[in-house]
Order: sequence, then structure tokens, then C-alpha cells
Amino acid sequence: MEQTLSAVDISEMELVYERPKTLTNTRMHYCPGCGHGVVHRVLMEVVAEMHIQEQTIGVAPVGCSVFAYNYMNIDMQEAAHGRASAVATGIKRVLPDRFVFSYQGDGDLAAIGTAETIHTVNRGENILMVFINNAIYGMTGGQMAPTSLLGMVTSTSPFGRESAVMGFPLKMTDLVAQLPGAYYVTRQSAHTATAVRKLKKAVRNAFEYQKLKRGTCFIEVVSNCPSGWKMTPNESNQWLEKNMFPMYPPGDLKVPSGKA
Amino acid sequence: MIRGTIEVAEEICKGCELCITACPQESIALSERINALGYRVVALARDNCTGCVNCALVCPEGAITVYRLKKEAIVKNPVLAEGVSS
Amino acid sequence: MIKHENEPRLMKGNEALAEAALRAGLQAYFGYPITPQSEILEYFTAEAPKRGCVVLQAESELAAINMVFGAAGAGARVMTSSSSPGISLMQEGLSYMASAQLPCLVVNVNRGGPGLGTIQPSQGDYFQATKGGGHGDYHLIVLAPSSVQEMADFVFDAFRLAEEYRNPAMILADGALGQMMEKVALPMRGSLPYSEKKWATKGKPETRERNIITSLFIQPESMEKVNLGLQEKYVRLRKEVRYEALHTGDADILLVAFGLSARICQKALELARAQGINVGLFRPITLYPFPSEALAAHASRASSLLTVEMNSGQMVEDVRLAVNGQRPVHFAGRMGGMIPSPEDVLKQIEILAADRAVMQERN
Repeated sequence: MEQTLSAVDISEMELVYERPKTLTNTRMHYCPGCGHGVVHRVLMEVVAEMHIQEQTIGVAPVGCSVFAYNYMNIDMQEAAHGRASAVATGIKRVLPDRFVFSYQGDGDLAAIGTAETIHTVNRGENILMVFINNAIYGMTGGQMAPTSLLGMVTSTSPFGRESAVMGFPLKMTDLVAQLPGAYYVTRQSAHTATAVRKLKKAVRNAFEYQKLKRGTCFIEVVSNCPSGWKMTPNESNQWLEKNMFPMYPPGDLKVPSGKA
Repeated sequence: MIRGTIEVAEEICKGCELCITACPQESIALSERINALGYRVVALARDNCTGCVNCALVCPEGAITVYRLKKEAIVKNPVLAEGVSS
Repeated sequence: MIKHENEPRLMKGNEALAEAALRAGLQAYFGYPITPQSEILEYFTAEAPKRGCVVLQAESELAAINMVFGAAGAGARVMTSSSSPGISLMQEGLSYMASAQLPCLVVNVNRGGPGLGTIQPSQGDYFQATKGGGHGDYHLIVLAPSSVQEMADFVFDAFRLAEEYRNPAMILADGALGQMMEKVALPMRGSLPYSEKKWATKGKPETRERNIITSLFIQPESMEKVNLGLQEKYVRLRKEVRYEALHTGDADILLVAFGLSARICQKALELARAQGINVGLFRPITLYPFPSEALAAHASRASSLLTVEMNSGQMVEDVRLAVNGQRPVHFAGRMGGMIPSPEDVLKQIEILAADRAVMQERN
């Protein structure tokens, strides 16, 4: 039962949080509870707070977030499937003083784009790579991803993923963390307020580090897919904690040591 | 104790209920109202919001705006802070 | 107008092309090694850093064309180069760039195929270059050089056209042109100024809306609109047709050839004329837009045409379409990296001339 707040009017209050103006006014098309919306918002909050809207260029992938350029109020390019980090490389090489980031899902970054992912980090491209890992291909209807867990039922693993036929969950972030071109590699999530606060700190770090031109910043966001996993948003976040975190534990995999 | 309130942009709320789970005060609930998208929208259901921003942080739509009582208002009117449960 | 240096130099085709690109104000080159064009990448890795141009050897041609996409979208004058199998890898990127209307230069130093093929020269990629290659209704602007001088000059032409029409442009060369050494008067720096690209993603200032570079138009109504716009652009492009016509005034047999084949035909023409056969040569320079009208006009003055190509017969289809049944169109060619000699072509000319004589006797 709702109660109206009594005895206090808004003029007595101060604004503590509002949606960043660096997000457009377009309603996002994502499923209810999808992590994409949270990550888009966090990225744009940092862009707003650092006052770099005019200098930031993003690259959208193919996947559910193919329309990211409709939601982020910055110059953006739409890349071919898997190639966002190559496109970001092209942009950053010709505009080295801009803040450039790529944004990809697990198919884009860890299946078709694996070569570009490894080589972009190997070259230490001075960009931020955002990796949304929800262990499934949402846009195309819930097929298995390289990051899908063993036993996970998807539309192309209807009896559960078995390693003998379909291999093992691919821990992409662990692979790239080993490359010397990687400057800052971290795994975060966006499913609780605490996680979102940590994610935002990581994103802020990454954009600050980009000024140093010391290599690639790579943030994996372990995320949910309520539709693909066939759960409610809250159920999906519980499932995420119980099942995704053991395979993809949040935390820093590589942090810059000491001073420049 | 600080008091706060939220505004929900009902036209973009998708009733995903993540804010309900995130709220440490259990202040938010699904209302009876349905928006043009066909979702039941959320709203503050209790008088004990502390303006902690958790709900806004987990909202995938950025639909929540959060306000908090200014400190001077509490000092001026100590009775305003009383209704808040811990 | 391109200004050239007074003193010509002796240069390899691939290197002349790369040097010309730097003088054209190239801002970035992304490439991958493949024979017979690795010298282009190598030239750039040595020279580009000295001339303020970005150069990067990508992990594959797939990566390279996508880096070109990014840089072009960010407003840079950018190119890549490869040879047949690598150009196949770039087809997706080219389709995307055509749809997103991004300018760039792609150089195909055509080798024998299909498949991994051979490193010897071929013209087997004509269809791929002019009919699409990648998916969807689009075209590249295609220029076919036939000398080292043109390898250099066409870089300027290609960038000018690409940027004016916001379309990817291709220089379709072949392994021989890439490797041969000839005299070339290099174009001078400054002959191709930069223009402002208001649509580019350089970072959104307050004064404008954000720029989006995309090839995704998910509403079919939008996609159709984009397609109509592209088709209208290709109609406008027709005024950029270029060709060369040699001795066509009194030609009885009209040779039609592009690139290296045209050089060979030129020699065959001389040999034929020395024997009293009136031969002319029509050399398309823009393969897209194809000089159909001009070819039809020249064809009407001849009695038959002989198309000579280093493939199974690709451009000959466009020749037949242009001639539209007015005159018989014959074909002679070699495939798989074999190069016909002027004497081979002369033999074909002699057969045609003999047939014609027989026909005339009968009538």
C-alpha cells in the first residue's frame, strides 16, 4: 500500500541522483532487468562526470546492444560482428587523443572476434574494451556462447553443454590478462548496487588510464540474460551469483603497479 | 537519520523489480498502474526512504531519480526526520 | 589536376603506388602481407612514420578492413591493399563501408585463383570487383591501371572519387603491374587537399548532434531509402567514366582490354597493323562505372570486337551488354596466372581477319 510522503516537499530535498544527460532520451529496447541498460548508464555517467562527452567515441557490436548508438549521446560507430576492437583500433590510431571504447557481448568478443580481441590487447591499443558476458547469444534467440557453462541448456545445447562435443567455457579475460599489452584487466558485475558502484569505479579507472597511453583496459561485466536464461530478472541475478561467479569470479586480474 | 524520496519515470519502467530487491528499506513495490508498454510500474510504498541511491544504481532504464533531505532542513525541523525506521 | 615531378624515376609498381599514396596525404594504412603485394605494406612500415601517416600490420585482412572502417568513419584518408584471397576476406567490410558510405582505397593486386591459387598475375577478380563481391546492392568505384605511372596517378583519382562520392574505391591491378619496374613521374604532394567531413566520428561537440556511422537500417523502409540513395549515387557516378581509345578511327577489329591485357593488346595492335590489319584498342580505365556508352559508340564503327582478359571471360560480359548485339564479340584469354603474349593475341586477330575476308568474299 502506498503512502504519500507527508510534511516534506521536494524543495527541502536535494537531488542526489538522476539519469545522466549523456544517455539519450530514447527508451532502451532491452528486456526488463537486462544488464546492458545498467552498463550503458554507468559508462555514460563516467563520461558525464569526467566531462569527456565531446571527446569520446564508442564502437557498438552486433548482438542485443547493436543499437547502443541510439542510447549513448556520443559519436559512435557500428562494427561488423566481432570486429569492434579492430574498428576501435582504426579510430584510436587516427585520433589518439580521444577516449575510445568498444562494447561487445560474448559472441562478438569471444567467438567470431577472438583474433581481434587477442591482437588488440596484444598490441596494447590504448582503448577500453567492455566485455558483456552473459554466457548466451541473446539477440539471435538464446544460442550457446563460448562462455556458456557446462551443462547449460541453450537453444543449441538443448541437452546441456557437454565438453566432449562443444568444448569448455572460455575464460577470455584470463587469457588477455596474460598479455603484456594489457594494462588494466578486471571482472565486474552489475547485478547489485554494490557491484554497480565497483563497476563504475573500474570504468572511471579505465578512462583515466587511457590518458596515460600505457595499454589496453579490459573490463568484463558478468551479466544476466533473463530472457535467454528463462528466468525473472531477480532470479537471473541469483543464478548469476550461484553459477556464473564460480567460473567467472569478479575481481581484478591485472592492475597497474606503482607509478608511470 | 536522513530521509529521501524517489521519482520513477513510469513511462520507461519495465517492472523488472530489481530496485525492489536492491532497496535495503523494502520501500519499493510494484504498483497497480500499468504503463503504455504494458508493464506494471514500481513506486515508493513506504515512508522510510533514506535516499541511498541503491535503486537507481541497479535500474537498467535509468528511470529513477533520487532526492535526499537537505541537512539544514533536518536541523531546522528535527521532527521531519522522525518518521524513518532504522 | 595532379602535378607531377619533372624527373621520372625507375620504380616498382607496388612501391610507386605506396609512395603516391603518401604524397596524396594518406593518413593511415592497415594491411597484411600477401604475395604479390607485400611490398606495399613494407614500404609503408618504413616510410609512413616519417611522413605523419599511421601504419599498422593487422592480424589478418579481416582485421585490416575493419580498421580501415574505423579510421574512415573517424574522417581519415585511409587505405589498405591485398591480393585476391585477402580481398575475399575483406568483402564483408567493403559491403559495410559501401552501406555506411565511407570513403577509402582498397588495392587488389590480383593473382591467379580461385582458391589459394598462384602468385602469378591474373584478372580473375573482375567480377568480384565490379559486381559486388560482398553482399547486397552496392558497387565499388573501380580503376584499372595498366602502367606503373597509372599505379601512382590512380591513387589520387581514387581518393578524390571516394571522398567526393563517399564510397569505397578499388584499384584493380595485377601481380605483374605490382612487380614490374618502369619510369614514373611521381605526383607531387599537395595535389589532393583534405575536405571537411562533417559526418565523421571525431567526438561530438555541443554544437551538433552525435554522428553515427552504421550500415544497420533495420526498418525495411529505411533500408530501401538507403538503397535508393546508393543507386542514385551510382547514376551520378557515370559522369566519371574514363577510357582510352587507340587507333579506333578506322579499326575493323576492336580489341577491348583492361590493365596488363591492354598493354599486351597494344603490342598486338602494332604487329597487326604492320600486317595491314586495321585494329583498334578500347581500354576501359574505370571498370565501375563501365564506359558502356563510349564502347557502344566505338563498337559501331568496327566490324567485330575481341575482348582479351587474363580470366575465363568476365569483362567480356559487360562488353556484350554494352554492344547489345550490334557486333559480334569474341573472347580470348588465359587463366590461372598465365599471361597471353602479343603473338597469341595476334593469332586471334588474324583468325578474325581471315573470317572477315571469307565473309566478304562470299557476299
